[in-house]
Amino acid sequence: MRRSAASKKKSDSITTSTTDLFRSASSKATTKEMDRIDHLFNQYANISSNLIDPEGIEELCSNLEVSHTDIRILMLAWKMKAEKQGYFTQEEWRRGLKALRADTINKLKKALPELEKEVRRQSNFADFYAYAFRYCLTEEKQKSIDIETICQLLDIVMGSTFRAQVDYFVEYLKIQNDYKVINMDQWMGFYRFCNEISFPEMTEYNPELAWPLVLDSFVEWISEKEA
Amino acid sequence: MEPKIIDFEQGWDYIETGITALKRHSESLPVPKFTLEQYCDLYTAVYKMCVQKSPYDFSSQLYQKCCETMEEYMNSTVLPALNEKLGDEYMLLRELVERWSNYKVLVRALSHIFFYLQRFFIVRESLPSIETVGMGYFRDLVYNKLQSKVREAVLALVDKEREGEDIDRKVTKRVLEFYIEIGMERYEQDFESFMLKDTASYYSRKASSWIQEDDSINDYIFKSEQCLQKEKERVSHYLHFSSEPKLVKVVEHELFVVHENQILEKTHAEKQIGLGPLAKIFKQHVEDTTINAKEQVLIRKVIELHEVYMVTECFQSHTLFHKDLKRAVAGSDALLATFCDRIILKKWGSEELSEEDIEKVVMFLAYISDEKDIFAEFYRKKLALRLLLNRGVSDDHERSILTKLKQQNRGQFTFKMERMINDLTLSRENQNSFKEYVAKPGIGLTVTVLTSGIWPSYKTFGINLPNEMVKCVEVFKEFYETKTKGRKLTWIHSLGTCHVNGKFDQKSIELIVSTHQAVVLLLFNTKDKLSYNDIQTQLNVGHEDLVWLLYSLSCGKYKILIKEPATETVSRTDVFEFNSKFTARMCRVKIPLPHVNDKKKVIEDVDKDRRYAIDATIVRIMKGKKALGLQQLVSECVQQLNQMFKPDIKTIKMRIEDLITRDYLERDRENPNMFRYLA
Repeated sequence: MRRSAASKKKSDSITTSTTDLFRSASSKATTKEMDRIDHLFNQYANISSNLIDPEGIEELCSNLEVSHTDIRILMLAWKMKAEKQGYFTQEEWRRGLKALRADTINKLKKALPELEKEVRRQSNFADFYAYAFRYCLTEEKQKSIDIETICQLLDIVMGSTFRAQVDYFVEYLKIQNDYKVINMDQWMGFYRFCNEISFPEMTEYNPELAWPLVLDSFVEWISEKEA
Repeated sequence: MEPKIIDFEQGWDYIETGITALKRHSESLPVPKFTLEQYCDLYTAVYKMCVQKSPYDFSSQLYQKCCETMEEYMNSTVLPALNEKLGDEYMLLRELVERWSNYKVLVRALSHIFFYLQRFFIVRESLPSIETVGMGYFRDLVYNKLQSKVREAVLALVDKEREGEDIDRKVTKRVLEFYIEIGMERYEQDFESFMLKDTASYYSRKASSWIQEDDSINDYIFKSEQCLQKEKERVSHYLHFSSEPKLVKVVEHELFVVHENQILEKTHAEKQIGLGPLAKIFKQHVEDTTINAKEQVLIRKVIELHEVYMVTECFQSHTLFHKDLKRAVAGSDALLATFCDRIILKKWGSEELSEEDIEKVVMFLAYISDEKDIFAEFYRKKLALRLLLNRGVSDDHERSILTKLKQQNRGQFTFKMERMINDLTLSRENQNSFKEYVAKPGIGLTVTVLTSGIWPSYKTFGINLPNEMVKCVEVFKEFYETKTKGRKLTWIHSLGTCHVNGKFDQKSIELIVSTHQAVVLLLFNTKDKLSYNDIQTQLNVGHEDLVWLLYSLSCGKYKILIKEPATETVSRTDVFEFNSKFTARMCRVKIPLPHVNDKKKVIEDVDKDRRYAIDATIVRIMKGKKALGLQQLVSECVQQLNQMFKPDIKTIKMRIEDLITRDYLERDRENPNMFRYLA
């Protein structure tokens, strides 16, 4: 069942000076925009906790017509600088939607492609990639993520750009026994790997450099498979 | 709009056409090149047919068909081609190698095309992967049938090469790679074991004739060394590297050990110090655990060599000898230390060695050991047992050996061991004071106090002591507290010895048992018969440990307790009875506890110590340098630890990553090859 989006109100025509006009219009608009953003927040938030919880996010995804495992939701979280996986606070929501200039569901939906482009810019993607890892750390002092979650995360974050590397790495992680978790250093190492090493030739790869050991073993495993 | 449903027949037809093209491509037949686009099309077709909603989800049928395709290919193409060549050995090998290679290409291509099945259907249904199934067909239909013929062909080639003929090494190598790909055990059982037997008989014949012919020992040694060299080259040309040590052992055995008496005599007669052969003979004996007369001859020789090469300044031969011998005993550090133990305990045949001789041998063995920290660790463990079980070696002698070892090896080699001996001296002094303290005799109690951390760690388990023993423990504790403050005593009953008087029908016999065993026996003072459960409840000992104890008293050579039923193992329903009919020839009998093999544990302990050592070294280096590239860090690390062992780059990398997780280090933001120290 679709929730109704807030209806737009047309601003009245104004007769005072242009800057004043602009300023008062824009500040009115801003407050109105923020109201609408808040209103939208309330439609998905849990009343008692005043947070959008996993159920609310599920609803949001449905309305945006994206799967909740779609990378764009993760990108949205990044834009909001959301801290806890599965939850959006009001502040985070405001931050994200304001930055995207979206105060209705439709506008938010339309903003997603633009957001994706922004995230995929070389200058941003590394940051987003690191963010994705941190986002999955649920416990207080947690520093690593279990293999299964990593595999899912890799698929979401890198699946569309580095399909082959992800598929092979995921297969390797599932087969091997040395590692039960992956830490941030290894996570970032994989990103560097995808960007710097040609696949599947991997001629540039040198295990005597400071690549994380898990990648050394991964490369070795592939060479043994292909041999 | 819903995508169009692909029905199975249609879909499979399309895929099959692609596969046919693939088959021809894999055989390098003239076909247009199989393009990436074609691959993608086939992949997509498979994908589509798998994601269609039920009942159009054809994952299972596709898997089935793929397997059938491979099997059919085997039967229609591969097998006939091989059967054709059965008459000619060499052609058979060539055909095998080519067919195998083509088949692998096909299977790999199929597994790429059907990769979508691999990711979901195959995993979900826990089925074997397409590659596994494919390889299985080759193994069952080709390998099992032909492998003995193939092996004969290869061994014939090897013998030809030994006689000086040129053979096709490339094909031989590929054939053996094929064995290895089928599985290492297949390589080992179906090829290697036969190859080793073949080699042994070949060299046995050669050795016998050369020993008769050759006048000078040098000629014999020269020829033998050449053969060894050629065999090693053979490994690098086409055998698997793991065959090398086994092959070398067989050849050395036939060439050196079988005729060692003659070799040693000739060496002595010609006044040659035959380094190589002696090292090899020595090594083979070290690996053999029985003591025999030949060993004594060897020890004599070793002592002579020691005099010549370690005492005199003979540089050139020194390094040659050193290298030769080290190579010969690589990996035998545990054995060397065990050998030392035997020598020190003087468990010989008739000839006794002087203490000086013993020292020379021990130093020599320590000198040639490769990984000194492993040698030291085993030596320490053996020393501990000698000291604790009081096996009749004088402290002074042990000290003297340690002093010599200390001079020879810098660093921490003997630190702990010296302190162990000190502990014992201290304990003996303490014991005298204790006797005075106790005044009236109860059970005669002798206590040895070991400083923890200095001695090897010993496992023990708790047990409910009988009152008499509890009192003893308490009295000693009181006494000890008068001598020292703030120390905690943990009793290692597993190392304790008790002398228990057994009043049997025929005669009283003194039983020498461990403390744990004694506690069990004392239970039978109040009752003749006790069930397993009774014993366990009274003693509060874990099942595994209790089984071990009861086994030693009821199922071993000396049955102090009768077990009902009289089976080979102890179970929870057994009942034990005091065996009043027990008797023995002697009036004192030792009841041993079955030994646990602790070699694995020692290696584990050394590995742990090494990890700590590497961590400490890395932190020390990084603290000083603040930032360092990986290569430099590794080389500094290796340099600092080189005395005791050689860490490899993989282990160092692992430790660095661990230190990063523990926030000692971080990777530099700009340069991923560099690490920074985190204060």
